[in-house]
Amino acid sequence: MYRSNVLVCGGTGCTASGSTAVIESFNEAIAAHGLEKEVRVITTGCFGLCANGPIVVVYPEGAFYENVTPEAAKEITEEHLLKGRIVTKLLLQDSTEDGGVSSLNETQFYKKQLRVALRNCGLIDPENINEYIAVDGYQALGKVLTEYTPERVVQEILDSGLRGRGGAGFPTGVKWKFAAASEGDQKYVCCNADEGDPGAFMDRSVLEGDPHAIIEAMAIAGYAIGANQGYIYVRAEYPIAVKRLGIAIDQAHEMGLLGKDIFGTGFDFDLEIRLGAGAFVCGEETALMTSIEGKRGEPRPRPPFPAHQGVFQKPTILNNVETLANIPRIIMLGAEWFASMGTEKSKGTKVFALGGKINNTGLVEIPMGTTLREIVEEIGGGVPNGKKFKAAQTGGPSGGCIPAEKIDVPIDYDNLLAIGSMMGSGGLIVMDEDNCMVDIAKFFLEFTVDESCGKCSPCRIGTRRMLEILERITSGKAVMEDLDKLETLCYHIKMNSLCGLGQTAPNPVLSTIRYFKDEYIAHIRDRKCPAGVCKDLLSYSIIEDKCIGCGMCKRVCPADAITGEKKEAHVIDTDKCVKCGACVDACKFEAVVRA
Amino acid sequence: MANKKTNIPFSGTAEQETALRAAIGELKGEKGSLIAILQRAQEIYGYLPIEVQTIISDETGIPLEEIYGVATFYAQFSLNPKGQYQISCCLGTACYVKGAGDFFDKISDELGIGSGECTPDGKFSLEACRCIGACGLAPVLTVNEDVYGRLTQDEVNQILAKY
Repeated sequence: MYRSNVLVCGGTGCTASGSTAVIESFNEAIAAHGLEKEVRVITTGCFGLCANGPIVVVYPEGAFYENVTPEAAKEITEEHLLKGRIVTKLLLQDSTEDGGVSSLNETQFYKKQLRVALRNCGLIDPENINEYIAVDGYQALGKVLTEYTPERVVQEILDSGLRGRGGAGFPTGVKWKFAAASEGDQKYVCCNADEGDPGAFMDRSVLEGDPHAIIEAMAIAGYAIGANQGYIYVRAEYPIAVKRLGIAIDQAHEMGLLGKDIFGTGFDFDLEIRLGAGAFVCGEETALMTSIEGKRGEPRPRPPFPAHQGVFQKPTILNNVETLANIPRIIMLGAEWFASMGTEKSKGTKVFALGGKINNTGLVEIPMGTTLREIVEEIGGGVPNGKKFKAAQTGGPSGGCIPAEKIDVPIDYDNLLAIGSMMGSGGLIVMDEDNCMVDIAKFFLEFTVDESCGKCSPCRIGTRRMLEILERITSGKAVMEDLDKLETLCYHIKMNSLCGLGQTAPNPVLSTIRYFKDEYIAHIRDRKCPAGVCKDLLSYSIIEDKCIGCGMCKRVCPADAITGEKKEAHVIDTDKCVKCGACVDACKFEAVVRA
Repeated sequence: MANKKTNIPFSGTAEQETALRAAIGELKGEKGSLIAILQRAQEIYGYLPIEVQTIISDETGIPLEEIYGVATFYAQFSLNPKGQYQISCCLGTACYVKGAGDFFDKISDELGIGSGECTPDGKFSLEACRCIGACGLAPVLTVNEDVYGRLTQDEVNQILAKY
């Protein structure tokens, strides 16, 4: 028994902030004080508050330390671990009370959260199967294999109302039911861990923090549909997740939780990792399956649906990581428990990757039906630098922007669709008044043009034409007719594309036109970018009265566009100006303005 | 992403070829293992020139055009050699709204190369990547294994100077 456990986040965010050095520093300091037998350092998955990383939590007190440096680790060891004095100055700001530790559930960031899919992230050592078993891991698998028929498992998932967390929100139980009913000598269970939405990272965090939950869920799915082989398709760009998954699969094998005759019930199940090689379209189910077969990841028409002909033409189910993470809990606590959370048609919780112009960037898990306002203002701690909230983008390149006037809409699948966005995988990017909505639409279109696989022409050619129109708009060369053309094109592409990528590609444009049409018009008619982002529409000038003639702007200008004598007001030659903005940054007197 | 054809001559060694043939032998029995073979080949050579693709084709019996088709489909595979220091500038949404586009342009100007290219001395290569999942630290760039987060404009030159 150890008297203290030091949990250090080893997720990608905290690792990037230097948590590996923090762990080393803890180990050194603990050894130096001879505490190795009393204190243990554990590398865990993500706590969610990536913005304040590296995060360290010391139990039994539950002291939540933020921004921990190697030096701070020494101090925590000497003060807290050796002398029992909590280092309050290093604690998460609102997690301390009267010099002690207050409950994390009372802090602004965690108060409104409900962690189901993320339940073990930050709690257990993901590289140690015993820790997963200690939190009831693999019990759900034992339960279904010994007590449930496959039909009962499918019914349980149907009753829970769980819907796919990867994008469109298709009911998971229905998918399983189709595959279970499908005839075939060989069936497959696949896990979609090809998290392609730039700005979403919950799947990565679950794989890094709780890989056994996914293995267990896939085995349960295998039992439910009659499959004995599974594939986890994971991005090669997630090295930590891939490594931990590999370790977890090996450990499950050693313990007989994967392989032949699991729990002596005669049920066989095995798993293989397939590394995705970086193609957004592979998040689409038929494309992903083609990629598992080692080919170009191009989608194919449906039917036949994967439940009938999927990987290697065999019946297949494909579930997203977060969807699977919910399964063991539903089995253990029952469909009714799960269905008690959320809204009428969207049950349970959803994890969002909160990013962009927000104070508490990181991962949050909330019950369905929470409003955007609660996420942004309360959990997220609001928009930094006193700027105004302008919009939130959900659903990545397939989704749309939610404007400030819709901030009180309860978030669930159907409400998001109704306001022109979608749940998607759960990226939630906050934008403030400095972000240009036309530029954001263009950003997503550049992405889709890049990632379109080229198989069908509406997507391959259509998205490119859309991007060209957007480029004309942001460079001040568009006419008003272009806006109508753009909208018509959007509907054609939505209607006629082969797969989800093309069918949803116009969403970022349609939603920004819907809510921010005035910005489009300002770009086209007035040749102005109200947010001051689109370079071609900007001009720089110097306010004579504010300029003291220090010459800073002149020195940094790469184009020699600024002239002026010392101690006299300077002037920008707009013909020479390349609009880089270096002068604005250099001026200490706010004399250079961008308009 | 654009996969420009390289004009740097192929300089694979006999050891690399032995390693590649061994890897293929190990993997070719598995169903649908072409992507895994290409991933191993890229680990061994650093990139996938036509010479390497030809070896894979000979060993597996998969037509060369199919291999080329797969190699050019996925962003992970490069037909160009990478630099000693590989700079990846994240242009995911979270980084983009925090101004990552400007960082990319600045590095690109500074090194005189575009995305997917390598400096003539082989020191740096640059690519725009889509989200490394460190959105909490946006904007982010990586140089080989090192991650630099919460970047500000002035830091770009300092980071390059380190290498």
